[in-house]
Amino acid sequence: MPRILILFAHPRLEKSRANRALASRLPAHRNITFHDLYEQYPDLNIDIRREQSLLEAHDMVVLHHPFYWYSVPPIMKQYFDLVYGFGWAYGPGGTALKGKHCFHVLTSGGNEQAYSVDGFHGNDLHAFMLPLQRTATLCGMHWLPPFAVQGTHRMSDTDLAQAADRLAAILLGFAEGSIDPDTLGTMDRLNDLTTDRR
Amino acid sequence: MANFLADAVVYLAAAVVCVPIAKRLGMGSVLGYLLAGIVIGPYALGFIGEEGKDIMHFAEFGVVMMLFLVGLELEPAAFWRMRKQVLGMGSLQVGVTAALVMGIALLLGFTWQAGLAVGLAMAMSSTAIALQSLKEKNLTHTTAGKYSFAVLLFQDIAVIPILALLPLMAVGAVEGHGEQHFVDTLPGWQRTLVVIAAVAVVIAAGRYLVVPLLRMVARTRLRELFVASSLLLVVGIALLMETVGLSPALGTFLAGVVLANSEFKHELESDLDPFKGLLLGLFFMAVGASINFELIIAKPAFILALTVGIMLLKTGVLVGIGHRACLSFDQRLILGSSLGQVGEFAFVLLAFIAQLRILDATWTDTLMAVTAMSMTITPLVMLANEKLVLPHFGTLEQEEKEADEVDVQHKVIIAGFGHFGSTLGRLLRANGVESTVLDNDSDQVDLLRSLGFRVFYGDATRHEILEAAGAQHAELLICAIAPESAPTLVEVVHKHFPHLKLYVRTRNRYDTYDLMDQGVLNFYRETLDTSIRMGVDVLRDLGFRAHTATRAGQDFRRYDIAALKKLAGLRHDKGAYVAGARESIAEQEELIRGDAAHDPGHADHAWNSEEMRNVVKRS
Repeated sequence: MPRILILFAHPRLEKSRANRALASRLPAHRNITFHDLYEQYPDLNIDIRREQSLLEAHDMVVLHHPFYWYSVPPIMKQYFDLVYGFGWAYGPGGTALKGKHCFHVLTSGGNEQAYSVDGFHGNDLHAFMLPLQRTATLCGMHWLPPFAVQGTHRMSDTDLAQAADRLAAILLGFAEGSIDPDTLGTMDRLNDLTTDRR
Repeated sequence: MANFLADAVVYLAAAVVCVPIAKRLGMGSVLGYLLAGIVIGPYALGFIGEEGKDIMHFAEFGVVMMLFLVGLELEPAAFWRMRKQVLGMGSLQVGVTAALVMGIALLLGFTWQAGLAVGLAMAMSSTAIALQSLKEKNLTHTTAGKYSFAVLLFQDIAVIPILALLPLMAVGAVEGHGEQHFVDTLPGWQRTLVVIAAVAVVIAAGRYLVVPLLRMVARTRLRELFVASSLLLVVGIALLMETVGLSPALGTFLAGVVLANSEFKHELESDLDPFKGLLLGLFFMAVGASINFELIIAKPAFILALTVGIMLLKTGVLVGIGHRACLSFDQRLILGSSLGQVGEFAFVLLAFIAQLRILDATWTDTLMAVTAMSMTITPLVMLANEKLVLPHFGTLEQEEKEADEVDVQHKVIIAGFGHFGSTLGRLLRANGVESTVLDNDSDQVDLLRSLGFRVFYGDATRHEILEAAGAQHAELLICAIAPESAPTLVEVVHKHFPHLKLYVRTRNRYDTYDLMDQGVLNFYRETLDTSIRMGVDVLRDLGFRAHTATRAGQDFRRYDIAALKKLAGLRHDKGAYVAGARESIAEQEELIRGDAAHDPGHADHAWNSEEMRNVVKRS
């Protein structure tokens, strides 16, 4: 059974309705570890050894964060820079992350339409996520499509709760082995995954 | 009593007038004292006459003290590094010079004992003059400078066995000192045993008794008691040595070597240094007063020829040694000209020789005059060498940039190694920065030394201590001593070591203000960071996000430092009448008012989606 590590990063969670909603409904499961980076490293000085052994102890890495300036919050970039080390995550002998699965859970103020070729941002979400995808694949991880909660500025509390439940069900499905990450095929977003309740 | 006071005034006044003049003329303090002695002596003003000899006997204690300090300076490790130069060149210089002088003396009809004694006396160079001149001309780090130091070190050490040997060369019974030491009544083998036992006592006591005793004294934090203990130490050892019939100088020298590695090295040095200086000054004045001018006036050409002859001989020997050590020609000349004079140890030895009647008074007087003259000429010879001779050879060695071999100097000095200083020192050390540490808590020093720190016991507000710790070569001084003493330290550093960057720990706003007035730029209030860190943790405990609380703390810190600087400026406008408790209350009020106006979230909208959402909703 795959063990899942959720790396969570929000620099101002107290002001984020969407991420509070998502984080508060994450399933408590022995195979799921929730790791709040800003709470662990408020001065951004990440304990590299500790994080590396945490990654080694899990099979799936979930990066949970708001989408700021088409990218991750600063501590997550810091995390890549410090923890995904040369000779550990990539380069000669850098195979620690090889074979793990990786996907992002992200929130954005703009909706799906805004993130499309014809939309406000002129590109779809995948185009903006290319550096993140390359980061994962360079480290030998299997890149899965993102779970994206978009248009949060106009979402109601009910909408958010629904999205949160959906995310929880998917994570649980992975954790219990009822969803096989290798048989997802070409899927645009994990949001589209049907989770049959057992 | 009145007589004593009058004498004291004569000596002190002569010193105070003559020494600065001599220094001005570039002759050094030794010549200044000699000059002072001559001026007040029987051949000039005649303030002192025959009693000069008695004073000399008392002032010889300055020599004893000097040798204690020489021993203290002689860190075995430093000596070991220079052993080849010291033993090789030093013994060669003393041996060859003494042999040549002795040969000439024998030709003049001296007894072999007198010849050897004079030879050894004339082999001595003047540490004070040579080192001072080399330093002034910035030659200390050249090869010649290092070799000069090595030769001088050997001479310093050689004086001790020479002083011990001279009595054996006394021809007749020594008059004057009628008292018999109890040792003299023992048969020969027992006497040897007693001597060995005494040396063992000095070494063992130095190691196992003196250091704990000094620690105990240091704990009382009475400085004069420490000075008293230092004096007691030297006087006590001198007395012990005299009782067993050994040279007091040898005993104190040994004690100095034993204590050279203890944490009290610098404190002892700086406490005894003024006594040594004064007593040596007195000694040289007594020598000056006893120079026989009738003799010089009677045959000036003879004295002058003798002086020039001896100096040429000494310089020749040194140049020869330099040649053997493969020095370049100009380096050889520097070595020869800086050590070519007859030094202050010759006075000591000649005085002793005269006392032991190894040589008759006319000759010792003549040689003292020669010695004084050669010391007077040395600065002139060095100057001539530098200006007239060296330019023609034009290969003056460039100053070497490599680290000083004599003593490892650290760039950082930490004054005060309590909880604050030690944490800082550990942080620096963990990052490969070694520092020299000064602390006046002997228990603390003891512990840290056992952990391998380079720690010295001493009051860091004294400039001699800072100097001994290498302040002139350091880059940065961290002041972590008691906040009450910090202003004194800052003052001393600004005055004597203006190149040092100062980092000062302060206790609260008020001593910070004082330091700001003194021009300190890097000050660290010990209460500020701790209270802010605790505040951050309290905020977290109350449910604030860790990163938000941390940023709030950093923000408040920046704001508080700015407020401190602003209030420091205002403080001067208010005038002196708002002081003490009232000042404190008024300032609290000002601060709290300021806090109300300070909005920590001002201009910070980062990552605040709530705010964005509100704007979006309205649109």
